[in-house]
Amino acid sequence: MNAARDLSPTGDATAPVRHFERPSSLGGRLRVLRFSIARRLVQFGVLLAFFGTLHWGWRLLGQPLLAGNLSAAEVAGVLPLADPFAVLQMIVAGHGLASEVLVGATLALAAYALLGGRVFCAWVCPMNVVTDAASWLRHRLAIGSGDDLVRIPSRTRYVGLVLALLLSAASGVAAFEWFSPIAMLHRELLYGVGLGLTAALGIFVLDTLLLRHGWCGHLCPLGAFWSVVGRAAQVRVAFDDSSCTRCGDCVKVCPEPRVLHFGHAAARGMIVSGECTNCGRCVAVCPESSLNFALRARIRPRPRLIARETEPTSGGTQ
Amino acid sequence: MTEGGDRRQFLAHAVQGVAAAVCGGVAWNALLVQQAHAVPFAIRPPGAQPERDFNATCVKCGACVVACPYGILRLAPVATGIPMGTPHFVPREEPCRLCPDIPCAKACPTGSLDRAMADINAARMGLAVIDAENCLSWNGLRCEVCYRVCPVKGKAITVDPHPRKLSKHAVFVPMVHSDACTGCGLCEKACPTEVAAVRVVQPSLVQGKIGEHYRLGWKHEPAPSSAEPPSTGASPAAPTPRPAPAAPGGLDYLNREVER
Repeated sequence: MNAARDLSPTGDATAPVRHFERPSSLGGRLRVLRFSIARRLVQFGVLLAFFGTLHWGWRLLGQPLLAGNLSAAEVAGVLPLADPFAVLQMIVAGHGLASEVLVGATLALAAYALLGGRVFCAWVCPMNVVTDAASWLRHRLAIGSGDDLVRIPSRTRYVGLVLALLLSAASGVAAFEWFSPIAMLHRELLYGVGLGLTAALGIFVLDTLLLRHGWCGHLCPLGAFWSVVGRAAQVRVAFDDSSCTRCGDCVKVCPEPRVLHFGHAAARGMIVSGECTNCGRCVAVCPESSLNFALRARIRPRPRLIARETEPTSGGTQ
Repeated sequence: MTEGGDRRQFLAHAVQGVAAAVCGGVAWNALLVQQAHAVPFAIRPPGAQPERDFNATCVKCGACVVACPYGILRLAPVATGIPMGTPHFVPREEPCRLCPDIPCAKACPTGSLDRAMADINAARMGLAVIDAENCLSWNGLRCEVCYRVCPVKGKAITVDPHPRKLSKHAVFVPMVHSDACTGCGLCEKACPTEVAAVRVVQPSLVQGKIGEHYRLGWKHEPAPSSAEPPSTGASPAAPTPRPAPAAPGGLDYLNREVER
């Protein structure tokens, strides 16, 4: 990260690199937090719609507003939605399913493929609230990545993804769905079935004390699934290389710092990796406004006029 | 040499990674196998597939829970022996009211519950089993509450006379018939004993099977009419000589056919 910071724009080696400064005004702070606030509103809004339908009988067009949960749901009695990863596991497990859930899974898959697979992670998944809280606490406790006791590669989640499918085929039941801490947490919040917060508590401790972004960034097979889907994402963070000073502030706030690979981003004009959750943290903190949400079809690489002498090979040291 | 060392390190890391994945996979699989073969204690909503298929296809969305107008269905919590997150009900607390339009099954998006089921009386959620030792009727009281609340009255539960040891009077005892019992649990809910003497359980836990090789002729084959004794076939027209009536030694009449 320091290496990135020291690279001042070519041609004017003495110009100081501007860094993100926390605004003092309330309006400025809200502006910086705008994506985080929007994400919380969506996350809790989805949860509230499920909860209201279940407990308070909320209706739309005379039908239950949003019946079910994140595994499978129905909007206003007409639009089915389903978790494509759960459905994929059941199909691999060798079971025929009713058409409703297949249609629902296809619709959800198409929607997230357009918006960004991991938009689910950052904007909908209830576990994200837990891991973001852990991340915040970790920051307040000043626990650095170097202090982590547990070290596992971030690609471990893809092993989990493959294992989930293999074990579904071997055991005949949906392997990840059987234990999914996300589904447990979500069911607990909606139905209050009991002990469902255990897994969420474990993940909170893991993320706070043992491994930075341990669950979402290293282990979650569902996140790995959405990362694969996210490669087709049409909504991406566009990167303007011509204005970027490589200050590295975006990398500091990014929960998946590997995705901010300046070389790749400069060449493609956007953050390419499917692991990007479109959370918008980098967009909010960039002092040069080099990062912005855009539709993939409209994104063109905007190279700087004078080539950089040395290009940092990686976005960060996380 | 460093290149060789790098290759060596890469190989070592690759092998370690594979070993970690295999270890994790084996542990994960062990948990799955243990859970997927859980003893079927749960009483499922109507139209549920056989337990193993149900466990595999239920997406645990709770759509049936939302659809149930009586709010009897619950998603199973952690560590109860019932697969986590799957729907079930506890008849002693809230039994199934057997809605004729079966909204819970119709709400199921995966087909874990048979959405095409038309007749709620075809549901087999469980089977009522009577603990005769603790049943009031079996003990000689005229309780029969289970018989009266049974929605398939007279078919799923009947009240039959049963000889009594102590006196000449018969007792009237409830009997469950598995060919009609839906497992709704209304009887278990209504049973007035401190702990219900009639319980709904999965049939596989209690129901036996006679076996094909036993021929219960007196139950399944038409009884030979006494007016028309079975013909021998070889001489259909031959008149059967009737045994001499009122032969002496009345006790011997059972052996008469054999002697002849």
